[in-house]
Amino acid sequence: MNQPKLDLSPKVSDEVRKTTCYMCACRCGINVHLKDGKVAYIEGNKDHPVNKGVLCAKGSAGIMQVNAPSRLRAPLKRIGPRGSGKFQEISWEEALNLAAQRLEPIRKNDPSKLAFFTGRDQSQSFTSFWAQNFGTPNYAAHGGFCSVNMAAAGIYTMGGAFWEFGQPDWDHTKLFMLFGVAEDHDSNPIKMGISKLKARGARIIGVNPIRTGYNAVADDWVGITPGTDGLFILSLIHCLMKAGKIDINYLARYTNASCLVNGDEKSSEFGLLLRDINGKELVIDRASGKPVPFDKKGVKPDLTATHRAAGVTNRTVMHYMADRYLSDTYAPEAVEKRTGISAKRIRSIATEIARVAFDEAIEIDVEWTDFRGETHQKMQGRPVSFHSMRGISAHANGFQTCRALHVLQIILGTVEVPGGFRFKPPYPKPATAHPKPHCKVTPGAPLDGPHLGFVHGPDDLALRDDGTPARIDKAFTWENPMSSHGLMHMVISNAHAGDPYKIDTLFMYMANMSWNSSMNTRGVMDMLTDKDENGNYVIPYIIYSDAYSSEMVAYADLILPDTTYLERHDCISLLDRPISEADAAADAIRWPVIEPDRDVRGFQSVLCELGAKLNLPGFVNGDGSQKYADYGDYIVNHIRKPGIGPLAGFRGDGTQSGRGDVNPNQLDKYIENGGFFVEHIPVGANYFKPWNIDYQNWAVSMGLYDSPQPYLFSLYVEPMRKFQLAAEGHGNRQPPDHLRERIKATLDPLPIWYDPTPKNNADDFPITALTQRPMAMYHSWGSQNAWLRQIHGFNPLYLPTKLMNHNKLTDGDWVKVTSPHGEITVPVMEMSALNENTIWTWNAIGKRKGAWALEDNAPESTKGFLLNHLIHELLPPKGDGLRWANSDPITGQAAWFDLKVRLEKVHTLDESQPAMPAIRSPVGVGPKTLSWKIGK
Amino acid sequence: MTQLPQTTTKKLGLVIDLDTCVGCHACVISCKGWNTENYGAPLSDTDAYGSDPSGTFLNRVHSYEVQPDQGPAQLIHFPKSCLHCEDAPCVTVCPTGASYKRSEDGIVLVNENDCIGCGLCAWACPYGAREMDAVEKVMKKCTLCVDRIYNENLPEEDREPACVRTCPSNARHFGDFSDPESNVSRLTAERGGMDLMPEQNTKPVNKYLPPRPKDTLSKTSDDIDVLAPYLEPIAQETSGFLGWIDRTLEKI
Amino acid sequence: MHPAPSVIFFTVFSGIGFGLLTFMGLGFPNVFGWSAFTFFVIAYLCSVGGLIASTFHLGHPERALKAFTQWRSSWLSREGWCAVTALCIMAIYALGLVFFKERWAFLGIIGAILSMLTVFTTSMIYTQLKTVPRWHTPFTPIIFLIFSLASGALLSGEALLASILIAIAGSTQIVAWVVGDRVFKISGTTMATATGLGTIGSVRAFEPPHTGTNYLLKEFAFVVGRKHGIKLRLISIGLLAVIPIFLLIAPFSHLLAVLAVISHVAGAFIVRWLFFAEAEHVVGLYYGKR
Ligand SMILES: Nc1nc2c(c(=O)[nH]1)N[C@H]1C(S)=C(S)[C@@H](COP(=O)(O)OP(=O)(O)OC[C@H]3O[C@@H](n4cnc5c(=O)[nH]c(N)nc54)[C@H](O)[C@@H]3O)O[C@H]1N2
Ligand SMILES: Nc1nc2c(c(=O)[nH]1)N[C@H]1C(S)=C(S)[C@@H](COP(=O)(O)OP(=O)(O)OC[C@H]3O[C@@H](n4cnc5c(=O)[nH]c(N)nc54)[C@H](O)[C@@H]3O)O[C@H]1N2
Ligand code: SF4
Ligand code: SF4
Ligand code: SF4
Ligand code: SF4
Ligand code: SF4
Ligand SMILES: [Mo]
Repeated sequence: MNQPKLDLSPKVSDEVRKTTCYMCACRCGINVHLKDGKVAYIEGNKDHPVNKGVLCAKGSAGIMQVNAPSRLRAPLKRIGPRGSGKFQEISWEEALNLAAQRLEPIRKNDPSKLAFFTGRDQSQSFTSFWAQNFGTPNYAAHGGFCSVNMAAAGIYTMGGAFWEFGQPDWDHTKLFMLFGVAEDHDSNPIKMGISKLKARGARIIGVNPIRTGYNAVADDWVGITPGTDGLFILSLIHCLMKAGKIDINYLARYTNASCLVNGDEKSSEFGLLLRDINGKELVIDRASGKPVPFDKKGVKPDLTATHRAAGVTNRTVMHYMADRYLSDTYAPEAVEKRTGISAKRIRSIATEIARVAFDEAIEIDVEWTDFRGETHQKMQGRPVSFHSMRGISAHANGFQTCRALHVLQIILGTVEVPGGFRFKPPYPKPATAHPKPHCKVTPGAPLDGPHLGFVHGPDDLALRDDGTPARIDKAFTWENPMSSHGLMHMVISNAHAGDPYKIDTLFMYMANMSWNSSMNTRGVMDMLTDKDENGNYVIPYIIYSDAYSSEMVAYADLILPDTTYLERHDCISLLDRPISEADAAADAIRWPVIEPDRDVRGFQSVLCELGAKLNLPGFVNGDGSQKYADYGDYIVNHIRKPGIGPLAGFRGDGTQSGRGDVNPNQLDKYIENGGFFVEHIPVGANYFKPWNIDYQNWAVSMGLYDSPQPYLFSLYVEPMRKFQLAAEGHGNRQPPDHLRERIKATLDPLPIWYDPTPKNNADDFPITALTQRPMAMYHSWGSQNAWLRQIHGFNPLYLPTKLMNHNKLTDGDWVKVTSPHGEITVPVMEMSALNENTIWTWNAIGKRKGAWALEDNAPESTKGFLLNHLIHELLPPKGDGLRWANSDPITGQAAWFDLKVRLEKVHTLDESQPAMPAIRSPVGVGPKTLSWKIGK
Repeated sequence: MTQLPQTTTKKLGLVIDLDTCVGCHACVISCKGWNTENYGAPLSDTDAYGSDPSGTFLNRVHSYEVQPDQGPAQLIHFPKSCLHCEDAPCVTVCPTGASYKRSEDGIVLVNENDCIGCGLCAWACPYGAREMDAVEKVMKKCTLCVDRIYNENLPEEDREPACVRTCPSNARHFGDFSDPESNVSRLTAERGGMDLMPEQNTKPVNKYLPPRPKDTLSKTSDDIDVLAPYLEPIAQETSGFLGWIDRTLEKI
Repeated sequence: MHPAPSVIFFTVFSGIGFGLLTFMGLGFPNVFGWSAFTFFVIAYLCSVGGLIASTFHLGHPERALKAFTQWRSSWLSREGWCAVTALCIMAIYALGLVFFKERWAFLGIIGAILSMLTVFTTSMIYTQLKTVPRWHTPFTPIIFLIFSLASGALLSGEALLASILIAIAGSTQIVAWVVGDRVFKISGTTMATATGLGTIGSVRAFEPPHTGTNYLLKEFAFVVGRKHGIKLRLISIGLLAVIPIFLLIAPFSHLLAVLAVISHVAGAFIVRWLFFAEAEHVVGLYYGKR
């Protein structure tokens, strides 16, 4: 035999540069292999806390993103009508002058005439700082249409939610329950976690109408009826409480279950928590029987106490919970029909949860001391953990459902314990430790504080003196009082309607609003192109920053082309949305590992320059000169609070973490360290964080808090009760009458379930239509990727076997799908592992002709489609003359998954409908053939 | 050497865990990335941005639905690349000797300089593991990352196939099947690793771990008596419930 | 399997060419000089033309010579050797007939055997493929050989023998179809064995790995509608066998003979098209195509 001699050790690359992936928001560490200064190969960074070397399909395909033919090449000025895609390339100088000329008078006269919304922004602490300096109240990122229900419910309940707020204790958990997740942001960590569970033989239960991905590998699949998770969870709570399978010690010590509720029905404080003069919640101490502040040293709170004062009996939250959840309303038999889960199944799941939480409890032999001064010899763990995302939050009952899930975790005593759910620094952080929303506008001056935050009652709403909404998106108003992330999905329709007021300029960054990130896509295009009686655009001016030739580009008047993620600085900051782990605080950077080959600039650097041109206080020096040369300069030199800046690592002389002076070499230090920084939490401080005094002290030393802030979990969310009180007529700030009943019904301080589907839909539109994230695609921006688009070049509509048979369909047939709002006509495929009244498709695969440098006959446009055409930002009229938003009444989160439809078989078409006319591509189309190789 | 080696010193290959694979396609793309830049000709894509994009991939992830006699249908993600068969029919059919199986480790490779692009080896492979590159016109297949696993320019921990290194779910394992103590041999033994299409007699080296039994929770509770104590009510209404709490807290 | 025109052309014409060479080698028709030359030209045009056509489907025809190296294991390589030696020996034999008016019978017989061996090796390229159950039966070499002989007889003007061989070819083909329709099932390769998931329940392909197409799908997942298949089978048998036989038993005329050849070759083309188009590769199972 003479085999060829192979070179088994070929050279891999000239150089490896370590930075952070941005093919999605998971923010994994990557090793970028360069040959001749070009990207040759991308792999995961093994030292990185997020991904530990693994990389998803999108991440590995980054090379095709960085070289995509759809990249914008220079600033563009619109020369054709809006929506046509006709542009002229201009210089940066001209572009910045155009922007400044437009924005200067706005700032001088009425800053609220600028709406600045930043989509899938990873630099919110910076963009919000810019907006705050500009002085407009109209700033938010995409959270409102994404998953504010999840975030807000978590923070109000326990000071953090899933994903970047926390994670299951993958190393110890024995039962993991996943609600409504297809992929989520912590894409790689969830997969790594699942593999750990699999290796240990731990059980995974997937609750999802659709059995793909994580739910496919789950040991047990619960194909729930969409929108009914709250009911299912409350039924589990019912079973567990009734059987006494709850951690009463944990409830008594660490939650407000033992707090006293004002029981005086006549009082304007009825239903609020009793507090001492310092505002501390009161509990009854089991030893003395006396009411004392919850955090008094040595207190043993009494869960079941009653407290009589002035003829009124005040009971603990636990009483209210027992009253509500022991009720037969939540018995498995009462909910089985609605949820589509048999009573027997609900019981068997409750049983398994109880068995694992209590019979398989674990202990870690580490001592810790709580905030009341008591030292515990061991860390007791209940190895049941949960994770959840948009499947439960993107419904109009999502906030309460997310709350219910947190209450379930908490009554099991499984939050922040070994085997349960654990926070990642800077969380835990209770709602009270976050800022409140600010909206006071002063012409020519900054806003009075941060835009977004957490309200604690009617006084915190963003209303003008006349009671009208202060913000263009109507965030923090009676329609959705606890809208912590703003409502980006309402900006265009409100601006178009001039409701609550008209704006001049819409400035957007990284959001494909004329396509996949809007409801009512067609309508949004019309609003963006609509003209008034004088022939002027109703939304007068639109500035947009994108890196690629997306569908949105065609609708802007001025385009500021961004770089790709390998060509710029970025900062993944503890002030914002960091990459911490449950055992460590961590942040990271991106840096230009390659130089752009086009006339493009990083958007944040552009804001530094524009900010200086506009003379915004945070962006100019005393002498009026530009303060930050670029974003990299800002990242290093910006000071939020003394000793605290965007990056926590390598501060001062390069050895200080968390707090410390500016270190001019900080970015180099990060680069040396692989693009990230990690500071581990000391053992003993890394569980029970909200109450663990060692953790609290560590967090202060890191600059996460200014002083220790132990707190109780809020099973009972008092601010909600305050809105109810207002609706009942208490207080000066009063809701409009048409909202009173809804506020009373939905802002219940203890989780409830209500049917999220509008009543008039149930009979005419019996089927729920959902979307899922494909693991190998990121929203719209994967289709420009030559490798990824081969995996998902179009998206069939998946129908369960029952609906296939009922409509006499076979794979590849076409159906017309009708919702109360619109219709689409698309090809179908059968899927058996699917709830029998649910249909679904992959999200954001359908593309507009002319976008993304694809050819007009690309399958993304001819066969692909969006469900968004069927979803409206408003509900169908109820006949009361009012416009009701298709969103959660508490947070305003867009209710994407309440979409109800009916089906009808039709003849095969050439193209999925509605087919939009092509837009003109500002970048042409991509090459026919790729044979990519950098080396040799 | 179109003939197969009598024996190989090592039997390198992959174990693929069908119980754990979530179907994320990470292995597909990292394989594409590595092999586009490395071994032999780049893996091309035709009509890359057009109506009929079609590229060369050495590893693809299928998915299947399986309907058991009882219980809901299951969905299984199914990655597939070359199985580096011991009796590799793709090798023996090759007229030029371009296809061969390495005697030292059993890796089946194509020597692209000798390949005439006749396609016969792809016809002979039952698994669809070989693809003719539309631009280079030579046969491409999984190399088991032969240019990584021994590569002294890579840190030792990285000397494993690109797909294995990247798999976020750890559903792919690489090792030597001739060593009964290797991770792959042990996994195969413990989890009942199986051959695909055993009746084709190709003796695949790669093994697939079958999915573990699913939806067992409701089945066990048919036997509700065993588990009933877990949900034995302690009280029906508020007062009894609070009384129980009180008594229990007392004991702590 | 994808019915590539070059491969269909190759197998049909090389079959005809080597069939004619076989008869020539055996002394039919018994011709010399220019008349022999004409026959050889036809035979060589068919066989060499077929071989050249076969290189059209090679990615790198310039490296075709490398294909001679693996005769120990590869039928394709063996085919190359057989074809070349058959053609060379027959060339010497032809020299004798054309220029020396001599029949070197021994060489002729060797050439004839090598010609048939060539056809046999060609057929074995397909027969050896377990992955294509329809090909992986003795019928494949039998059909290739009989077809080759029948067309050889036809072209060499042996009307009676040709009629008999054509009749056998036609009927064997019918039997081969009937049997072939069942072999995939009998082969035991199913979606259950392909995925190993059969022990859990019945397996159905859900999402393919890519929404787009790929080499495997283009090459192996060619499906011809059953209805069309039957129709084409009937037409091909008519053209291949029924019409030529009628024309051959009719009183001899050059025109009818030419028509018979054309009809037969046309039939052979359809048969060969079906040979590929109806053959299913087991890899189709992974794509739920069967
Ligand atoms: N039917 C349906 N619709 C949905 C959802 C759903 O589940 N179903 N989900 C909703 C949710 S949760 C979300 S978050 C939204 C997401 O929707 P979008 O926020 O619109 O997300 P993308 O499609 O990723 O588009 C963001 C834009 O950013 C651009 N971009 C990419 N990289 C860069 C860069 O480096 N710089 C700049 N400046 N721009 C860049 C892209 O080109 C694209 O135009 O979709 C929503 N829409
Ligand atoms: N690969 C990839 N990763 C991404 C993204 C991407 O586009 N691609 N997008 C990122 C963004 S912006 C976001 S917001 C996250 C979202 O991450 P996910 O929360 O995973 O979002 P979706 O894919 O919308 O999945 C929602 C899941 O909920 C299920 N579901 C719908 N309704 C219900 C219900 O009523 N009950 C239950 N139990 N389940 C239900 C759906 O079937 C689906 O599986 O992913 C992020 N990560
Ligand atoms: S999950 Fe994938 S795309 Fe997202 S950051 Fe990580 S590697 Fe990049
Ligand atoms: S990377 Fe791993 S989990 Fe993802 S498809 Fe491949 S084998 Fe499956
Ligand atoms: S899987 Fe196919 S290509 Fe790989 S060795 Fe086996 S037969 Fe050959
Ligand atoms: S395509 Fe290349 S490797 Fe395959 S059989 Fe032909 S010559 Fe050999
Ligand atoms: S071993 Fe290497 S070549 Fe083979 S599938 Fe994995 S990455 Fe691709
Ligand atoms: Mo999102």
